[in-house]
Amino acid sequence: MSALTRMTMAEALKGLAAREFTAVELTEAHVRAVEAARPLNAFITETPDKALEMARASDARRARGEAGPMDGLPIAVKDLFCTRDVLTTAASHILDGFHPQYESSVTTNLWRDGAVMLGKVNLDEFAMGSANITSYYGDVVNPWSPGDAGAWERRLVPGGSSGGSAAAVAARCALGATGTDTGGSIRQPAAFAGIVGIKPTYGRCSRWGIVAFASSLDQAGPMTRTVRDSAIMLRSMAGFDPKDSTSVDMPVPDFEAALTGDVRGLRVGIPREYRVDGMPAEIEAMWQRGVEWLKAAGAEPVEISLPHTKYALPAYYIVAPAEASSNLARYDGVRYGLRVEGGNLKEMYENTRGAGFGKEVRRRILIGTYVLSAGYYDAYYLKAQKVRTRIKQDFDAAFTRCDVILTPTAPSGAFAIGEKMDDPIQMYLNDVFTVPVNLAGLPGMSLPAGLGADGLPLGLQLIGRPFDEETLFRVGGVLEEAAQFTATPPFMA
Amino acid sequence: MSLDKAAVARIAHLARIKVPDEELDHLAGELSRILDFVEQLGEVDTADVAPMASVAAQKLRRRPDEVTDGGYPEAVLKNGPETAEGYFAVPKVVE
Amino acid sequence: MTYIQGETGNWEVVIGLEVHAQIISKAKLFSGAATDFGSDPNSQVSFVDAAFPGMLPVINAFCVEQAVRTGLGLKAEINLVSVFDRKNYFYADLPQGYQISQFQQPVVGRGQLVLDLPDGSSRTVGITRLHLEQDAGKSIHDQHPTKTFIDLNRSGVALMEIVSEPDLRSAEEAGAYLRKLRSILRYLGTCDGNMEEGSMRCDCNVSVRRPGGELGTRCEIKNVNSIRFVQAAIDFEARRQIEVLEEGGTIVQETRLWDTTRLVTRSMRSKEEAHDYRYFPDPDLLPLELDPAWVEEIRRALPELPDEKKARFMADFKLSAYDANVLVNEKAKADYFEAVANGRDAKMAANWVTGELFGALNKAGREIEDSPVSAADLGALLDLIGDNTISGRIAKEVFEEMFATGAKPGDIVEKKGLRQVTDTGAIESAIDAVLAANADKVEEFRSGKDKLFGFFVGQTMKATQGKANPALVNEILTRKLKG
Ligand SMILES: [Mg+2]
Ligand SMILES: [Zn+2]
Repeated sequence: MSALTRMTMAEALKGLAAREFTAVELTEAHVRAVEAARPLNAFITETPDKALEMARASDARRARGEAGPMDGLPIAVKDLFCTRDVLTTAASHILDGFHPQYESSVTTNLWRDGAVMLGKVNLDEFAMGSANITSYYGDVVNPWSPGDAGAWERRLVPGGSSGGSAAAVAARCALGATGTDTGGSIRQPAAFAGIVGIKPTYGRCSRWGIVAFASSLDQAGPMTRTVRDSAIMLRSMAGFDPKDSTSVDMPVPDFEAALTGDVRGLRVGIPREYRVDGMPAEIEAMWQRGVEWLKAAGAEPVEISLPHTKYALPAYYIVAPAEASSNLARYDGVRYGLRVEGGNLKEMYENTRGAGFGKEVRRRILIGTYVLSAGYYDAYYLKAQKVRTRIKQDFDAAFTRCDVILTPTAPSGAFAIGEKMDDPIQMYLNDVFTVPVNLAGLPGMSLPAGLGADGLPLGLQLIGRPFDEETLFRVGGVLEEAAQFTATPPFMA
Repeated sequence: MSLDKAAVARIAHLARIKVPDEELDHLAGELSRILDFVEQLGEVDTADVAPMASVAAQKLRRRPDEVTDGGYPEAVLKNGPETAEGYFAVPKVVE
Repeated sequence: MTYIQGETGNWEVVIGLEVHAQIISKAKLFSGAATDFGSDPNSQVSFVDAAFPGMLPVINAFCVEQAVRTGLGLKAEINLVSVFDRKNYFYADLPQGYQISQFQQPVVGRGQLVLDLPDGSSRTVGITRLHLEQDAGKSIHDQHPTKTFIDLNRSGVALMEIVSEPDLRSAEEAGAYLRKLRSILRYLGTCDGNMEEGSMRCDCNVSVRRPGGELGTRCEIKNVNSIRFVQAAIDFEARRQIEVLEEGGTIVQETRLWDTTRLVTRSMRSKEEAHDYRYFPDPDLLPLELDPAWVEEIRRALPELPDEKKARFMADFKLSAYDANVLVNEKAKADYFEAVANGRDAKMAANWVTGELFGALNKAGREIEDSPVSAADLGALLDLIGDNTISGRIAKEVFEEMFATGAKPGDIVEKKGLRQVTDTGAIESAIDAVLAANADKVEEFRSGKDKLFGFFVGQTMKATQGKANPALVNEILTRKLKG
């Protein structure tokens, strides 16, 4: 263990600026942490040489007085971002050996600002999952475990799909990590791992160079240990990209400047439909605590209604697989990745895709193919898109009455590896609070609010108006301050 | 909505995914459950509601007609499982 | 109506054409890679065109403009909002596993095209729609015994798919449709119409029915690459279907291939299974919205198109529909003609351009663009006729020389001493000599054999090496013979 891996990004930046340590020292400490954390299986590819090379370059820049806003900060990259000449897998067998000859726009932005890459972290295959148990490269283990503090058992899922990102950040292998969120894949693992994660407004971060899951829902975002660190990291990741037609040409605010600590007069919406049947009492209680904290800070809670909430999940499980079935058609064994030969082209396709995709991916491609096929399009796909409009209308109406919405991030804390595995619907229910946000394209943040009875972290979710991440940071900062979440997982590198 | 084995085989073929015969029944069960689950959308009144294909709140941006990309065949072919003479190669297709 | 006679009576063939026209642009529809024809394999391919993970489409503004321009040229409705859809299917030269196309909301709606038929008459054919889509790559089947090679240079190039109504009733009409469409596209500068290089490809939907009866089942013949083959394929396919029906069989709706060596259509093995394209709006793109003012700007800048040009030629130059058709079908020809006709006798200009010039070009296998005789020189030649420097007959001789050597008409006339004789005295003495040498024929003429007049003209022209002014010869001969 090194003190250098216990800092926040903001602290590390200060230390680097004050020449208390170098980027190389900071990076070396994290490279060792990555090695020490191998029992978590958080990384698919470690890139220590590249990390040190980047760190040396960072120190040189700082010496010249040219340090960027994230210069010298070691981070992990979800293995869904294409990284030039570095194996990129999407945690799928079908991308065997794939070394992109290009760099995703988001990681390009991070390297531009001086961040250092420690490696590529594990995820659910093609980001399809809520527990990081569908990776071809094996399950990721949550550094938290139930029971006595300090005693770690290899038991819990870290959430998904950005499970490797969450585990790496929580276990102190990386100061932060990139994630992607299609239905909750940043926020739910952030909640399960006791860290902060933000899914920005759709269009805020470029999707160019990120392996696509569901194009109309996918959005990249940061996963860090504090709200301020997320503000620092999102500012680097975000920005207009002419290579992505859905990227929005809007200036990126200084999100850190939004951390004013002042929420007086802010109207906080509490959606009554999020009180779902069977939600554990401790989650209900944590949610109520969140409301009290904000009230104490001068905000005004208002009850709101999002009447179509229960239909978000079924709509999502049509829209996302439909888009995925088409997005994943390019994995055919012709131009990159796995090829399993066959007697003719069609057999080659079927063998390659049969062997290359895991069970969950296969299931979703088949559902997606079915709901788009002749005779079913209107009943499923078109209907789901209309319901999506209804969900968006719900939020539009709610935001006339409030400025931000507060909910739990997930209906439960982290669960055991192996649980919920045989029933896809049970697994899908994990995303019940996060999915509506993706369908409506809104920004959402999860931050740790406390520990449950079994000693596991629980997350609160903030939902904002489109492109109003600043309010999320402002409110998030206040909640973070109130929650004083200082607990650390029993497993730390 | 319930899918039978034959329907799953048809979809799998459409998606070009080889599914071993012995897995078809199980898969049919799983897919049927998912379809049952999404069936509840039928309860939502969507008369006079426009379908939403994208949340991106802007117009489609157009780029100028300039050659700005390509010209790197080695990079295009580099990851190819099978290449020859500057081409990708696949099992022979008979038309 | 043109019917095909079968064993059991007349049949009518019903044809609709789907033309894929490659848009003239520097870069591809959704990527910045170049579009040039005939480059090294996979050299004009971006990661977007090869569908690498995480790649996204961004639309080329000029390709949209070209589609709108074409729509306006086809007198079609321009849809101010259109949508890009994904058409999903697997094929080795389709890297994404889908083609970005337009399905329910194309950029261009209903339009029309006027067919110019060989007899000079015309007929209007409906255009159903025009949509934008990406081209696929190219599969090369003949370079390896067990492999198909894939070249993605063409992958992502912008295409306009132009769909006609099933309004065509014969192979000839299909040919006339394609020629007219090609002509319009070339006038607009939106597609070079080169079928050999594949920049214009045609799918033919063919069915047969009893005259005026219910529409029959159609077959689609894919990717025919010349007008001649389109006509041959339609003729073959119509006969094949008639034969099947007359033998009591039924037509199976299917995709067929035109076999260019055996000159038959046959069922396509690779497309034999029923397709389910699972169209849905491409979530990587947004609806394409056009500003009506921008569309108007394009409309105002449209060039004069063949139909308007034809009407103007007929009105201003008093040309026949036939001549006007021949002249306007290629813009270069029409421009050439206009340059010659301007300030001159238009009918004469039309005769020279469509007769002498086109004949000579045809014989030499040359295009109007590389005619050895420029419009200015042909005009100068007509001027020499007009001011009586040479006769029409001599002019043909001069033209041949011009075509062979590229020399100026004035120079040829001077060098060869072809200037017309207008000296009355010289002509009179030549005529006197002719009449003296043919006293018997003069007798016959005077006793009523009028036809001999031509003989005396001929003899006089011969005696003057064709240089005598024909009008003067006529006048003097008339005076001397009848006087
Ligand atoms: Mg077609
Ligand atoms: Zn087409």
